[in-house]
Amino acid sequence: MNLTAKRFRYVVKRLLQAIPVVVAILVVNFFLLHMAEGDAADVLAGEAGSATPEYMAQLREKFGLDKPLPVQLAVYLKNALTFDLGYSFRHDMPVSKLVLDRFVPTLLLMVSTIVIAVGLGIVLGLLAASGLNTWRDNIISVFALVTYATPLFWIGLMMIVVFSLKLGWFPTSGMENVAMFYEGWDRVKDIAHHLVMPTITLSLFYLALYTRLMRASMLEQAGMDYVTTARAKGLTERRIVFGHILRNALLPVVTMAGVQVGALIGGSVIVESVFAWPGLGMLAFEALFARDLNLLLGIFLLSALLVVAINLIVDIIYSFLDPRIEVE
Amino acid sequence: MAFLKLYCRNRSAVLGLIILIAVLVLAATASIFFPDDPFRLAGKPMSPPGENGYLLGSDTLGRDVAAGIAHGARTSLLIGGLATTVAVLLGVVLGGFAGYFGGWIDDLLMRVTEMFQTIPSFIFAILIVAIMKPSINSIVIAIAVVSWPAVARLVRGEFMSMRNREFVQACHIVGMSDWRIMLREILPNCLSPIIVAGSLMVATAILIESGLSFLGLGDPNIISWGFQIGAGRTVLRSAWWVCTFPGVAILLTVLAINLVGEGLNDALNPRLRNRT
Repeated sequence: MNLTAKRFRYVVKRLLQAIPVVVAILVVNFFLLHMAEGDAADVLAGEAGSATPEYMAQLREKFGLDKPLPVQLAVYLKNALTFDLGYSFRHDMPVSKLVLDRFVPTLLLMVSTIVIAVGLGIVLGLLAASGLNTWRDNIISVFALVTYATPLFWIGLMMIVVFSLKLGWFPTSGMENVAMFYEGWDRVKDIAHHLVMPTITLSLFYLALYTRLMRASMLEQAGMDYVTTARAKGLTERRIVFGHILRNALLPVVTMAGVQVGALIGGSVIVESVFAWPGLGMLAFEALFARDLNLLLGIFLLSALLVVAINLIVDIIYSFLDPRIEVE
Repeated sequence: MAFLKLYCRNRSAVLGLIILIAVLVLAATASIFFPDDPFRLAGKPMSPPGENGYLLGSDTLGRDVAAGIAHGARTSLLIGGLATTVAVLLGVVLGGFAGYFGGWIDDLLMRVTEMFQTIPSFIFAILIVAIMKPSINSIVIAIAVVSWPAVARLVRGEFMSMRNREFVQACHIVGMSDWRIMLREILPNCLSPIIVAGSLMVATAILIESGLSFLGLGDPNIISWGFQIGAGRTVLRSAWWVCTFPGVAILLTVLAINLVGEGLNDALNPRLRNRT
């Protein structure tokens, strides 16, 4: 079998493996919804102010809430497959529409965070590993240790105090200055200006993670036999580091970037609610206050699916980066 | 004694231990130095640090920030400790079964573990607390539910590497029960990585708890650092101290626990000791 066919089979295999995970997440979601006090009929009755028991029974019948649990589960799964996630009574909108509307700002925040955290983490890890046990290594290690221990929301608030309130460099909240009616490049610049502080805040924690990982990975690779061989060939240190060690040391960082996406989404809930960034995290914060469980579960489901999808993509990229994976 | 000596070779671990002991003392003496309820309105609101008899200032309602920090230390340590205990127990049982028996039990348990690791953990914790209503119990359960998979994987790996060792085979031959082999023979041999993972997990648990209570999902009857910061964020412009000091408390505590965890790792794993 040639390489392309093998690769194709690998991708298909990974896709098939993702299906049970998605189904399991849907089932967990369904049972969480059932654990909550009250059902959709209670919510509707609550919104209306009062309702007779007959009306409640009628409502339950209409939503299929009188059916046995397995039937309800089957209906829920069927609905979820068509991306029907129920209705948010607070916003008076289908959950799927609400969630998709808020998806783009979150994606923007996440992509810029990953680029900064992974990029800068690689550079700092490289610097720390190449100057092992010098002041450079120590400063970077202390920095990583401290940011790793700091709660994200606190970093965000402190950044607001320093850079927004005292220095006035960046806006405190929001994604754009709506009142200015910017268009074209001005709008892009405005959004980028608002994006700076949320991105830095969210990046810091993961920056620490990638820095430590990159440092450890560089050190591990530096002890390998192929490095000795390269040195014996008489290559310069610079070529050994950049041409040989770096490439191999990057692999665990790529894997980690995929694994950490789930944590990143959790972090964005906090960062978005600190900076009032109008994404999924902010929506989750609002849903929490409004006790809008349907919406909260929709956000949860979408973020879980996002993690599955990104892990899939990372695995596929990985199989291109590291040909050894085909051996298995 | 030998262990203590090994531990003290790592200077940052000693520093971590000192900070951690200070936090423990603060939590233990909270009722002595701040005998009043930290929710009590103690006096003039929004006093800056050092004025009106407030060491660290007061918040919008005139609550003493320092008293909140002292009593909040109890909350953080209590929830961090409890949640980690539950998560470690759960992880050891499930990971132990998967690693010891292998086969379909292993397959099933590892699928479940993978699923739990795929789910975005912080949002999952938010959901659990929101559905069960905020209280110490629900917060502990939520943190434990999102933390156990890491322990389970670790314990599974340890049990798998142990189950075919000669001393375990010898136990089988003398007719020991599976339970006894798992509990009395294998488990003691993999305690040190579990202790290290558990100590680092306390730090993560404290961070998750502070995040939850910052979002308003803390137990409403108990003061916590995250709650203080969440309550103070509206007056960030005029009273920076309300948010700042509880955050420093979280930072120091988590940092100290991480340092202690790393120190334990160095002291308990002799193979890693000479590695840079």
